[in-house]
Amino acid sequence: MTVSLARQVYYVAWGDMRFIRHNILNIAVMSIMSPLLYLIAFGFGLRAGETSIGVSYVAFVIPGIAALSSLSASFSSTSTRMNVQRLYYKSFDEMMMCPLSLHAIALGKCVLGLFRGLFASCLIYVLGLCLPQAPELALTPLAFVCILISCMTFALLGMAAALMAKSHQSLATLNSLIILPMTFLCGTFFSVADLHPVFQAILYCLPLTHASECIRAAALPAYLDFPVLSLVALVAFGIAFYCIVYHLLKTRKI
Amino acid sequence: MALMRYDNQYNRRTYPPVVRGSERDIIVIEDLVKSYGDRKAVDGLSLSVREGEIFGFLGPNGAGKTTTVRCVSTLTNFDSGTIRVDGVDLLKDPVTAKSRMGIIQQQISLDKDLTVRENMTHHAMCHLMSKKEREPRIAELSETFGLTEYMETPINSLSGGWKKRVAIVCALLHRPKILFLDEPTTGLDTNARRLLWDVVRKLNIDGATVILTTHYIEEAESLCDRVAIIDHGHVIALDTPHALCTSIGSMAVEYVSDGKTLYRYFGTRQEAKDFAAGLDEDSHILIRRTNLEDVFVELTGREAGLG
Repeated sequence: MTVSLARQVYYVAWGDMRFIRHNILNIAVMSIMSPLLYLIAFGFGLRAGETSIGVSYVAFVIPGIAALSSLSASFSSTSTRMNVQRLYYKSFDEMMMCPLSLHAIALGKCVLGLFRGLFASCLIYVLGLCLPQAPELALTPLAFVCILISCMTFALLGMAAALMAKSHQSLATLNSLIILPMTFLCGTFFSVADLHPVFQAILYCLPLTHASECIRAAALPAYLDFPVLSLVALVAFGIAFYCIVYHLLKTRKI
Repeated sequence: MALMRYDNQYNRRTYPPVVRGSERDIIVIEDLVKSYGDRKAVDGLSLSVREGEIFGFLGPNGAGKTTTVRCVSTLTNFDSGTIRVDGVDLLKDPVTAKSRMGIIQQQISLDKDLTVRENMTHHAMCHLMSKKEREPRIAELSETFGLTEYMETPINSLSGGWKKRVAIVCALLHRPKILFLDEPTTGLDTNARRLLWDVVRKLNIDGATVILTTHYIEEAESLCDRVAIIDHGHVIALDTPHALCTSIGSMAVEYVSDGKTLYRYFGTRQEAKDFAAGLDEDSHILIRRTNLEDVFVELTGREAGLG
């Protein structure tokens, strides 16, 4: 019997979708809590006034928080659940014994992160559209596409991290050393262009910088040119993470 | 034949002298090597499992039993060697090989965030069973294993024995030709253990080839048609329990000397009696048939079950 890749992805993701259904309220609250706190603290608390691109700081920071949410929600939900399923429940072993395509497993296990990232990012973006302090923000299909690519990229990063993690502790260490600094430094709360060129070069090596720039430019089309190269870089990061995940599954280095 | 065998199912001392299962090899392992760093967990292991038999891997902890099963069941890659499952090369066509296998792992491997029904459904889906196929199969197996009233219960709310039953149902849903049981009774009480043994026998009667890893000698003796004793990553003996026992002598004399229990093995009861007659009266002499534990200790030089 031949089963299409799309159906196999659905089969893989089904368990995680049921998990979301059981924990929907918890997930909704968890997803909105940190972006909301960032918005209150940085957007309203700092009252930074107008930015160099001619928009209010709230309008500037909301796409950054959407990018940040795509990272934190997609990465952490994928990596945490995968880590638990792999190291503690051992249910990931069961999945690896099923006659499924490895592409289906790689894509299917990202659906939870994709869903949570989209939920958190879109929620903060829609909230921003409703705020009188951010009249410059626009609802564009390109912004949604950028958020989608960003969520997928970070869900894949989360999966790669979970497959490589030797323990829950090592995942927590990765979170503290790489994800958390990325959250604050990659152009989410300030423009990377304002930094020293050396720091700029470092930050452009990280995917969240490109995600922030893409989402911000797509959400403020009247003020910023869309950085096509950043979109290409973000997609390239996504492909690279996908290849790592596939390699780890293929060689069972898990 | 099957009835005779199962009438004696709890008699450890009675072995069927013939090998069940067909002459066709359903699993063939050749020169399997798997290392973890510098340590060779499996070191040039070769063996074959016949279709329809219950095959046991017996060995101390760290002997390479679980690693071998994980390699054959595609859960772990291996360094070198070949594995063929039902005629399919594991490296060339792992997906087809996987569709013919089921595994009950040592540790219960269920998604504890989901209910019993959800675990079963998800497992069936991942084995590419359609809704039309999976729903009657889930109903049938859950009834067989007495799980009907627990179907909407979260896995986390079940006791260890019930979780094990769910794991068994999940492993059987797709009707695997080959079923791996990796130390399946570890942590189970005696009743649950014997219930699982009956399940294994029933599955085997229904046509499944069963591969069992265990360090419980009693389990291997009671269930297995053939047993491979593994130590330091390779097979040191492979035969029926009966043949393995007679290979060291069919009768054992167990006696105490200088505070230590010693064992001697003999071909006939008379030889054993003659030897015992020469021992001191206070030697706590016991003359009995040899069992797999004797074979295990003779071959590995360790006490069974202790690793």
